[in-house]
Amino acid sequence: MTTHTDEHYYVPHGSHWPAVGSLGLLFLMVGVSSWLNGADFGFYVMLTGLAVIVFMITGWFATVIGESEGGLYNAQVDKSFRQGMFWFIFSEVMFFAAFFGALFYARNMSIPWLGGASNNFFTNLLLWEGYESTWPTNGPGGVGGEYKAMGPFGLPLINTALLLTSSITVTIAHHALIAGKRAQLSIFLAATFILGFVFVYLQGVEYIHAYQDLNLKLTSGIYGSTFFMLTGFHGMHVTIGAIMLTIIFFRVLKGHFTRDKHFAFEAVAWYWHFVDVVWIGLYVFVYWM
Amino acid sequence: MIRKAFLSLLGLMAAGTAGADWAINMPEGVTELSKETYDLHMMVFWWCVAIGIVVFGVMIISLVKHRKSKGVEPATFSHSTTAEVIWTAIPVVILLLMAVPAAETMVKLEDSRDPDVSIVVTGYQWKWHYKYQDEGIEFYSSLARPSVDARRLDAGVDVNSVDNYLLDVDRPVVVPKGAKVRILLTSNDVLHAWWVPDLAIKKDAVPGIVNESWFRAEEVGTYRGQCAELCGKDHGYMPVVVEVVEPAAYQAWVDTRKDGDAKLASAQ
Amino acid sequence: MTTTTVDGHAADHHDAHEDHGPPKGLKRWLFSTNHKDIGTMYLVFSLIMFFIGGAMAMVIRSELAVPGLQFVHPEFFNSMTTMHALIMVFGAVMPAFVGLANWMIPLMIGAPDMALPRMNNWSFWILPVAFGILLSTLLMPGGAPASGWTMYPPLVLQTGDAFPFLIFSVHLMGISSIMGAINVIVTIINMRAPDMTLLKMPMFVWMWLITAYLLIAVMPVLAGAVTMLLTDQFFGTSFFLAAGGGDPVMFQHIFWFFGHPEVYIMILPAFGVVSEIIPTFSRKKLFGHDSMVYAGSSIAFLSFIVWAHHMFTVGMPLTGQMFFMFATMLIAVPTGVKVFNWVATMWRGAMTFETPMLFSLAFVFLFTIGGFSGLMLAIAPADIQYHDTYFVVAHFHYVLVPGSIFAIMAGAYYWLPKWTGYYYSEKLGKTHFWLSTIFVNVTFFPQHFLGLAGMPRRIPDYSTQFADFNLVSSIGAFGFGLSQLIFVLVLLTAKKGAKADDRVWEGAHGLEWTVPSPAPWHTFTTPPKARIANEAFE
Ligand code: HEA
Ligand code: HEA
Ligand code: CUA
Ligand SMILES: [Cu+2]
Repeated sequence: MTTHTDEHYYVPHGSHWPAVGSLGLLFLMVGVSSWLNGADFGFYVMLTGLAVIVFMITGWFATVIGESEGGLYNAQVDKSFRQGMFWFIFSEVMFFAAFFGALFYARNMSIPWLGGASNNFFTNLLLWEGYESTWPTNGPGGVGGEYKAMGPFGLPLINTALLLTSSITVTIAHHALIAGKRAQLSIFLAATFILGFVFVYLQGVEYIHAYQDLNLKLTSGIYGSTFFMLTGFHGMHVTIGAIMLTIIFFRVLKGHFTRDKHFAFEAVAWYWHFVDVVWIGLYVFVYWM
Repeated sequence: MIRKAFLSLLGLMAAGTAGADWAINMPEGVTELSKETYDLHMMVFWWCVAIGIVVFGVMIISLVKHRKSKGVEPATFSHSTTAEVIWTAIPVVILLLMAVPAAETMVKLEDSRDPDVSIVVTGYQWKWHYKYQDEGIEFYSSLARPSVDARRLDAGVDVNSVDNYLLDVDRPVVVPKGAKVRILLTSNDVLHAWWVPDLAIKKDAVPGIVNESWFRAEEVGTYRGQCAELCGKDHGYMPVVVEVVEPAAYQAWVDTRKDGDAKLASAQ
Repeated sequence: MTTTTVDGHAADHHDAHEDHGPPKGLKRWLFSTNHKDIGTMYLVFSLIMFFIGGAMAMVIRSELAVPGLQFVHPEFFNSMTTMHALIMVFGAVMPAFVGLANWMIPLMIGAPDMALPRMNNWSFWILPVAFGILLSTLLMPGGAPASGWTMYPPLVLQTGDAFPFLIFSVHLMGISSIMGAINVIVTIINMRAPDMTLLKMPMFVWMWLITAYLLIAVMPVLAGAVTMLLTDQFFGTSFFLAAGGGDPVMFQHIFWFFGHPEVYIMILPAFGVVSEIIPTFSRKKLFGHDSMVYAGSSIAFLSFIVWAHHMFTVGMPLTGQMFFMFATMLIAVPTGVKVFNWVATMWRGAMTFETPMLFSLAFVFLFTIGGFSGLMLAIAPADIQYHDTYFVVAHFHYVLVPGSIFAIMAGAYYWLPKWTGYYYSEKLGKTHFWLSTIFVNVTFFPQHFLGLAGMPRRIPDYSTQFADFNLVSSIGAFGFGLSQLIFVLVLLTAKKGAKADDRVWEGAHGLEWTVPSPAPWHTFTTPPKARIANEAFE
């Protein structure tokens, strides 16, 4: 087998998982859409879709893990997976870039313009008399009503610490894996995803604080929009990352991964560093500056 | 096909020489800037024609001479740095020649300072609202009756019998000849765009934002345009009509309008 | 079947994998992980979409044939315009090129398949879902989306029940393209035959590599943009609401940051196809291979900094307009290099004019004309007059129809014998070509005049002075549309012709011509020998 795989790039022969995935997506998208249009059944269709997709992902990954443990993958296949993961992460970066772009545009363009800057003297004079450009703001229309901005200290700072630490722990875990120290590996891996889930929990606490005490909502003008969309999508990614770390953790317990072959581990580690870096961007531009 | 492409090109050249001919070329318009814009348009166009003749010319020669049926042996050259440099450099130069005058016109277009008349134009689905800032005149301007009656699906009216079909309004904008008119554009609902080809103005009307533009019409006349940003089902049915009149006539119009509006106001 | 193909030695490894052929029936297609089958599915799908999108174009042209409303209500007309564009761009052109990539890239670089075969299947099978959802909106209360393919707010927020379906179908198209692009990149970077260095790669592969980078960079941005539309509509965010500190124009910036690279995503693979075909039928090596690569890369780079040339009338500050005008004009230079290199390739070659070559030549002529009008549009003050008129419509149909579509047709004819194992009917092919070329000009050239004369785009009815050219354009459109039926005939009779040999075309070079015709289900299960890899760049 090995001799065979060494010279042969493993090409699977048919797989029903993608088809299942597409079916799931169909239910999910149609469900969400109908639901948003006010049809209650849409909600259940959406859940069905989600269920199908979760089923698909587990099944698909199980197959791949099986093949990998079965020694079907040669170095070249491994490389394909790495590069694939890298470019996937890059596409995620660009997705966040869109929202950061919106943030910068609002802060450096639209808000000064509403305040009369550049060629928008009359915008301010005729439509938004008396509005002065500031940040944070919920706009000249005061959309969403009075609110208080989320400061950079307290929870956000703690969360920053948590995430940075988790990035270190996952690296230590990686070195442990390479060094073959399985115990150390599993301990630091556990530490990593626990830190991750704590982060998500605190983010939740922060949101509740924002809604209840600060009257800072998704609807609080452009500030609320950018704040919650950016931190929200980030939180979503942290959750996904933490779940993946957990899975990796159990695979480690099952004895998966060797010193030189542990793509899945690295992929998740990369992903984790990615959410970490995004957070730093968030902390600087959303909370701090 | 070669013939086709070439004829088409000739067609456009004809268009060029045909000058002000409405049907196939851009109107020269009645403002200094509309004329400059037209000249820019023609200048770039002729450059493209010239380049086209060279590129297509060489290609056609090659298509005629270098065919297997003529028993030619294919040459073997596959690169030439000198050639590459030349045909990178020349376009750059040509582009510079275009960019400079374009930039100059651009600057003038943006300079809407100290106007003689200033009008706030607001786009609605699907009509325009005009407010003369200093004269205190304001009114809505929508598609004229005859067009409205003719436009519907199976309206049973031959649109060719309607004059200025879809290009006429109930109340046109009236401005004095030779005066610098500033347009302050905004919208009440979705995006619209206020466009009059002869005045070389096209600016988007954006809800919550005020855009500026300006023109100085040198000739008396009625100039027609349309909404130029998709704004829903009747996007095609909200034309713009500007009447440029002698300053005296303009004053007279302002006075009649004034007390007209005053009556309206007191009536409410 | 065995893979006794490239290098005679293949016979000595028989293993379970290559020995069995394709599974039978629906399974073969639904569960396929074979780059050739998936490529075929992409191509068939895109042809169907081309016909649906085209049928919508016929509705548009019928309504516009004469002044006055004859057939449809304005809102439905706008839906047709919107759906026509979305379907043609995301359903016809992009999948067609992905199909060609799937079929040809592994064959051209000597790879056994695409790098990630399962994901390859998924990127295809998402498309029917996406377009199923999109087309279903035609039947919804409030009708299909009617705000133009550019989906500008606030208008798009007035869409009826179709709104969320529109957003999510766009998401799905994005997901599909991203996965497809990842697959292309990884395949090219990781699966090349041992001694095929990057600069020795065929031009089609090169242009697709660049295209794939563009896709990964901008598709997520589009996803972001439409997500903001969704939250503005349903969750009360203010991204595009001035009162809340947002700006409707912000959407346009984000959209066109995607949108402009997108148009090069639709033309770079076309450049690639043409760069394969012209050398073959000129019996002469592609002129300036490396400078073609650099030109392609510069086009890709520049495409990220020109987006606001779609927005010269939105009220940008002067400096912004200047920057975007100059940056846009610059793109003429690398594109020129490409055109000149094609001409130089033909120069002193020994040309023959089979259908693929004819379509490629028409491409060079007519794309260039479209490029010229593009350059005119780039002149900001002049664009004040051109913007949102039929001049723009004429511009982009010249670059998209005799541009992208002709290149796709050229590629299809060029590789068809390799796919089917038989020569198609040159007679039908040439008829298809000449009718298409004549009618495409009859359709779109007069639209230049309409635009300059002042006819806005996206209107169902127009002032009587525009009547004549619109009639001409409509006649041309129907002619062009019907001519496309000939292509269907070509496909139906594709296996009736003479048996094709491996090389297929006298002047053809490259690994794909070293495998039998039709290409067996599995090829290059072991990397081709150096001697053969050299083929690609002899
Ligand atoms: C395949 C798709 C494609 C391609 C390749 C292009 C290529 C170009 N496009 Fe086009 N464009 C579109 C698709 C495309 N476009 C679409 C779909 C729209 C409308 C979107 C919408 O609003 O719905 C659009 C709209 C559009 C606009 C906005 C118009 C408006 O709405 O007001 C502009 C403005 O600058 C523009 C410019 C250009 C330029 C400068 C190029 C250049 O890349 C062209 C370069 C090529 C040449 C110049 C010819 C060859 C060069 C030479 C022979 C060298 C020598 C030449 C010179 C030195 C002049 N395009
Ligand atoms: C790759 C992209 C692509 C392609 C291939 C086409 C192809 C065509 N387009 Fe498209 N078009 C766009 C992209 C494209 N278009 C875009 C982006 C817009 C802007 C939308 C917007 O404003 O938002 C647009 C808008 C647009 C308009 C302007 C609409 C408006 O502003 O209101 C028009 C009008 O003439 C038009 C016409 C055509 C025609 C006649 C074809 C023809 O080439 C189509 C020919 C194909 C067929 C006809 C199908 C095959 C044949 C059959 C199905 C058999 C039956 C045929 C008959 C009965 C005749 N298009
Ligand atoms: Cu108003 Cu279009
Ligand atoms: Cu563009």
